[in-house]
Amino acid sequence: MPINKSIQLLQENSPSILLDVIYRSKIKDIMATKLATSSPDVTLKEVKSIMKKAEVTGIPIIEHDELVGMISIDDIFRAIDGEYMGEVVRDHMSTDVIVLEDDMPLAFGITYFEKFKYGRFPVIDKNKKLVGIITSRDILHELLFQLNHEVARLESEIRVEVDPTLITLREVYKINKMDFSNAGKASNEIKKLLKDRTFDPKFVRRVSVAAYELEINITIHSDGGELEFFLDKEKAVVIARDSSPGIADVTKALKQGFSTADNTIKSLGFGAGMGLPNVKRVSDEFNIISEVGKGTTVQSIIRIENT
Amino acid sequence: MKVSDLGKITGLTLVQSDYDDLPIVGGYTSDLLSDVMANAGDAGVLITIQAHKNTIAVCNLLDISALVICNGRETDEEFLTIAKAERKAVYSTELNQFQVSVLIGNSL
Repeated sequence: MPINKSIQLLQENSPSILLDVIYRSKIKDIMATKLATSSPDVTLKEVKSIMKKAEVTGIPIIEHDELVGMISIDDIFRAIDGEYMGEVVRDHMSTDVIVLEDDMPLAFGITYFEKFKYGRFPVIDKNKKLVGIITSRDILHELLFQLNHEVARLESEIRVEVDPTLITLREVYKINKMDFSNAGKASNEIKKLLKDRTFDPKFVRRVSVAAYELEINITIHSDGGELEFFLDKEKAVVIARDSSPGIADVTKALKQGFSTADNTIKSLGFGAGMGLPNVKRVSDEFNIISEVGKGTTVQSIIRIENT
Repeated sequence: MKVSDLGKITGLTLVQSDYDDLPIVGGYTSDLLSDVMANAGDAGVLITIQAHKNTIAVCNLLDISALVICNGRETDEEFLTIAKAERKAVYSTELNQFQVSVLIGNSL
C-alpha cells in the first residue's frame, strides 16, 4: 500500500521538526533486516509457501549473492489465475527492481513510495549487497514514533525546568483582548523590576523587547491571555500564553513582514509582521507551540551572561 | 543637545512640558512601533506620527526621552497625560518626518 500522495510531507513550509525527522532517520534504521529470500530457480508455488511462512507480501530473488528480481503477492495471484504456479520464478519475477540504499535519509524512502507504486523496496548497501527491505508500513511506524518523541520533547521544553528555590522574581500579568490602553503596561513593569536590580541596560533592553512584543501579540491576536515573567540567577524567562485562536502556520508567522493584523491595528503602528521575529532575535532560546482552536504558547529565554 | 534644545528648532512646538531634560545623542524616525522596538537603539528622540499611549510605552522601554509628532497629528489629552506621567517631552509640528529628521540631525 503506497503512502497517499496527499500526505505531502516534503513541502517547503513543512514544520522544521518534521523535516528534521525525515532527514535525520536513515533507511537502515527503519528497514527490516531479517529477510526471506528465494532463488530464481524454484517454482512460484514454492515461493508462495516461503512468503506465507515469513508472513510477507513480497520477497527479493537472489542469485550468486546478487539481487536479480522481486516477486510480490500480485505475481502469485496472477500465477494462480493463469494456472502457472508450477513454473519457475525466473520467468515471472519483476526484474526492473527499484532499490533504496541503506544510507539514504527517510525522506528518499517517502519520495520513492510516492513516485513508484510498489508496496516495498529492497535496500542495498554501498557494495550493492541486499541488506534489508522496507515497506510503507515501516515508514509510517517510524514517523509516528519519531513525531511522538519530538512532540514530547517540545512539550517538556516549553515547560521550563526551573529550580523554584533559584527564582528571584516571578510575576504573571493578565492581558486583555484589544485593550490597547493597557498594552505595554506589563512589559514596562517588567522593565522597571529589572532596572531596579541594576542589570546591564542591554539585557534589560532585550527582555523589554521580548515582553513588549509578546504582550502586544496577545492584545492584538488572541482572545486574551497572560504574560509570565521570571528571573533566576542565570536568565530571564518570558512566557506568553493564550487559549485561542492559535496560529495556522507558525513558520509563516515567524517570517518578517507576515501579518494577519487588520488596517485599524496597522494604523496604530502595529501589525508590521515584526513582532515574533523581534522576539526570536533578542532571545537566546525561543520556543513556540500553537494549535488552531487551542491557542499559542511562546517562550523566550534571555541569559544574563550573554549580554 | 538636550531635550529642551529641541524647542529652539523652528517649527517644533512643545505640548508636554513636564519632562526630564536628558541628553539627546541620536534619533529614530518610524511609524511602526515594532520597527522602533527592533531598531531604535539609544535614540533619545522619536520622530513619528503615532500619538497614542503605546508610543509612550515603547519610548519607556527604550529610554527614549522625547517625541516629535509630525504632520500636525492631534495629540489628545490621554496621550499627553501619559507622557507627563512618564516624564517624556512631546513636541508637535506641521512638518513631516523627513523634514524634522533633517532639522534635528543638523542640530546634533
